[in-house]
Amino acid sequence: MSTATPAPVPESVANEAVEEAGGGQELETGKKRGKSAAGNAARAVSSKWASLFAVVMALAWTTPTFGLFVTSFREQKDIQSTGWWNAWRTGFTMDNYKQVLQGAEGQPPLTDFFVNSFVIVIPAVLLPLLLASLAAYAFAWIDFPFRNALFVAVFALQIVPLQIALLPLVTMFQDLGLGGSYWSLWLSHSAFALPLAVFLLHNFMKEIPASLLEAARVDGAGHVRIFFQVLLPLIAPALASFGIFQFLWVWNDLLVALTMLGGSPELAPLTMILNTISGTLGNRWYLLSAAAFISIALPVAVFLSLQRYFVRGLLAGGTKG
Amino acid sequence: MATVKFDNATRIYPGNDKPSVDKLNIDIEDGEFLVLVGPSGCGKSTSLRMLAGLEEVNGGKIWIGDRDVTDLSPKDRDVAMVFQNYALYPHMSVADNMGFALKIAGTDKAEIRKRVEEAAKILDLTQYLDRKPKALSGGQRQRVAMGRAIVRSPQVFLMDEPLSNLDAKLRVQTRTQIASLQRRLGVTTVYVTHDQVEAMTMGDRIALLKDGLLQQCATPREMYDRPANLFVAGFIGSPAMNLLSVPVTESGVKFGNHTLDVARGDVAGAGSQVIVGVRPEDVEVTSNPDGLELVVDVVEELGADAYIYGTPTDKSIAIEGSGDDALAKPFIARVDGRQVPEKGSKVFVHPKAAHLHVFNKETGERLTR
Repeated sequence: MSTATPAPVPESVANEAVEEAGGGQELETGKKRGKSAAGNAARAVSSKWASLFAVVMALAWTTPTFGLFVTSFREQKDIQSTGWWNAWRTGFTMDNYKQVLQGAEGQPPLTDFFVNSFVIVIPAVLLPLLLASLAAYAFAWIDFPFRNALFVAVFALQIVPLQIALLPLVTMFQDLGLGGSYWSLWLSHSAFALPLAVFLLHNFMKEIPASLLEAARVDGAGHVRIFFQVLLPLIAPALASFGIFQFLWVWNDLLVALTMLGGSPELAPLTMILNTISGTLGNRWYLLSAAAFISIALPVAVFLSLQRYFVRGLLAGGTKG
Repeated sequence: MATVKFDNATRIYPGNDKPSVDKLNIDIEDGEFLVLVGPSGCGKSTSLRMLAGLEEVNGGKIWIGDRDVTDLSPKDRDVAMVFQNYALYPHMSVADNMGFALKIAGTDKAEIRKRVEEAAKILDLTQYLDRKPKALSGGQRQRVAMGRAIVRSPQVFLMDEPLSNLDAKLRVQTRTQIASLQRRLGVTTVYVTHDQVEAMTMGDRIALLKDGLLQQCATPREMYDRPANLFVAGFIGSPAMNLLSVPVTESGVKFGNHTLDVARGDVAGAGSQVIVGVRPEDVEVTSNPDGLELVVDVVEELGADAYIYGTPTDKSIAIEGSGDDALAKPFIARVDGRQVPEKGSKVFVHPKAAHLHVFNKETGERLTR
């Protein structure tokens, strides 16, 4: 009989369901929560002093970034002679950005490499997401021999540092005739991302009540339909969060790109250009801050646009008990 | 619409020696409402899931109509299931939830809409069709789950304790609604519950299971009047039947100092002791020293009548705890609400002759015909 009863709804989901129930009940549950350890902790971190501490921390972390941002609008001689907080006296300029974007002194314009970064990052995010969610579905909901052992093996791969695999991978891609192409980057980024992605998505899928899948099966859905129409919409928050991680990781990656694309500079992503933009002797160092902010702009936009998928309580209302 | 047949259906969970459902044989007629009932762990849900195709069948066969569905996957069985926790798709609107199966079957969009709206009208859900399940109350979610089954007009409805998540009042209301809806639609229905009241009120027939074995399958009236064994006798009816171990004598069965007239042939070979069962409403309560002497412990006033809970003064007579708890059971008798014995007083009880149940003490089988 034990398998006949559906998996219990995780507590977090249950709590969310309570929160969904509306304002009137919220007060009541708030009171109840006050007595629990979690409630105490929640109150401790929402006190005045804790808020002040958080604000101070946030300022301490953002100030250097802000300084860099201001610096990116200053002329070389100003940066050299005074600190960024004097910028309001010495004035601002867009020259750095112009130089970076249009390409100064024999440098190709940065915009070209924006496209390269895009071409690298999109498949390098979508491919592991697709493969990992398929694998996670199988690990979570299809019974096959050695399932648990395989799952542990997949996660154990996470322990292997990617640096160890880099050179063997390069030679392997060379042998396959993929050396120096986008394929080598896409495949290696996907491979490095898969263990964590499979683990993360598996845990998320496992939390979905079994009766939901059974209902879909009785309704006539096969594995493919269950996967795409029932499970994927419900694990959207997990897909989005992993997608963002992977996007940032690939977008900011220099090591893998340098190793795989070392011989084909025309395919280089932004990070490789950032690395060389100051010139071989570092004489254009003042361009670095502007270039860095250009390369940050897109990840910020992606983060903000995917933020709406971080909704809590997606499972609320589907099952009860 | 179709008949359903369990033919020696057996389910053994991997790692278990004992089958969870052991050679189940039930024939369900077209349009019948069959209730599978039993204590938790008796295999009733497993049986239902075997019929749904969610559980493997390790032995025997299952038929829907004249099709052998034993090895078919759920989608090929044309059954609809209502789950205990409703299992609505949280990300779909009520209309999409109800129309999902039809969408998969490739039904035309306008047709889906039409059938969803019809079902919504029957279930009073029309104004909620565009809502998400989380914006519905428990009762409404339950109706959506029903609607999802109705829309498909399947051959068989399967319901797995669909009322257990509702509050007591709503449960009674919905119970009647489901029963009348089933009569109206005329779809063969298999309904699982652990609540014998639900089983008695809803089913055309009841199948009572215990430890994976079918105990009895009969109409509610038959189950109540002629329980096939001790377990059925103790399970069906509320308050439960009184079951007492009493000696067999030359002239019949001794019940205190009252001799019950039981046909000789019935108790022959049953040993020196048999178990007598008597329902609380079939007890004759007198102040004359005729029958078993009881001390009244508790009196429950219900208005029209009252129940007295007593313990026999003769401590050697134990009341069989065949119910769900092992506590010492009191003897329960229904009395006229206007002539209730005092608490602490002594009364004599004996069964009315017409409603007597006698069971074999060893096997638990019914002896009287």
